[in-house]
Amino acid sequence: MSKSIQAESPLHHAQLEQLIGQSSEGGITLHEHKLLGHLNLRGNAADTAFLAGVQEALGVALPTAPCSSAKSELAQIMWLAPDEWLVIVESGTEFDVEQKLRSYLTGHFAVSDISGAQTLLELSGKDIIGLMKKSTGYDLHLESFPVGKVIGTTFAKTGAHILRLDENTFQLVVRRSFSDYVWLWIQQSSQEYGLTIV
Amino acid sequence: MLLIHCPYCEEMREEEEFSPAGQAHIERPLQPEDISDEQWAHYLFFRKNPRGLHHEMWLHAAGCRKYFNATRNTATYEIMETYKMGQAPRVTANEEGQS
Repeated sequence: MSKSIQAESPLHHAQLEQLIGQSSEGGITLHEHKLLGHLNLRGNAADTAFLAGVQEALGVALPTAPCSSAKSELAQIMWLAPDEWLVIVESGTEFDVEQKLRSYLTGHFAVSDISGAQTLLELSGKDIIGLMKKSTGYDLHLESFPVGKVIGTTFAKTGAHILRLDENTFQLVVRRSFSDYVWLWIQQSSQEYGLTIV
Repeated sequence: MLLIHCPYCEEMREEEEFSPAGQAHIERPLQPEDISDEQWAHYLFFRKNPRGLHHEMWLHAAGCRKYFNATRNTATYEIMETYKMGQAPRVTANEEGQS
């Protein structure tokens, strides 16, 4: 038996790497940011010591406004609930960041490494709004869904947290067990636009 | 489809994101051992089923995964208000002139 265990993305079986460059004219572009570190952070947003500790550890203030996000060199933070955030960090740094958070925080808080539980898909392209309209009931107009907003909503009968990176770029955090379904859904719903894997 | 206001996300969301979770404002008896079996059974199993105004819990299952309360008319499905856990409803049956 091999001594090293290779980490595999939940879409390992889809062999996305082999699909890169096969089609270049699609209206939809998909990229999987695989094996990133996902940390679930819980704490009291009214506790100034907690907020200060997180800012110290991650280099950016915790986004406490509903559906907001924040980014630093170290991490991208998504608001999930009034007392819950998702901290996404570079692959392999999740243990260090978790330790760093623990060293800065005291009292009532929780940090859990959930990297294996979900994956991050980035969807973009000129026809991306068409695909998103098929997939979610949320109003995608920039007034209701501005850049930097993150929402937890339904995505094609499953759930996803969707972050808007720019007008035509969305990042989806999907559960490991639903990632194959989402992958199949994206393939099917992007047929009319063409799908490019990068 | 209904649009329901989530008091935690602070915006209207599709009904599809929510799931109803039964009657609101049920308080667990502080000393269960001190009350009769009948009182305990009432706490566990007995629920209102009004025609008209009803205070109930909803879960924002696909969003922030928080429970909140809603005041809803069970006959018309009109949702008068939603409010956070621990808060008191602004719309109550007495003000509406219903029982």
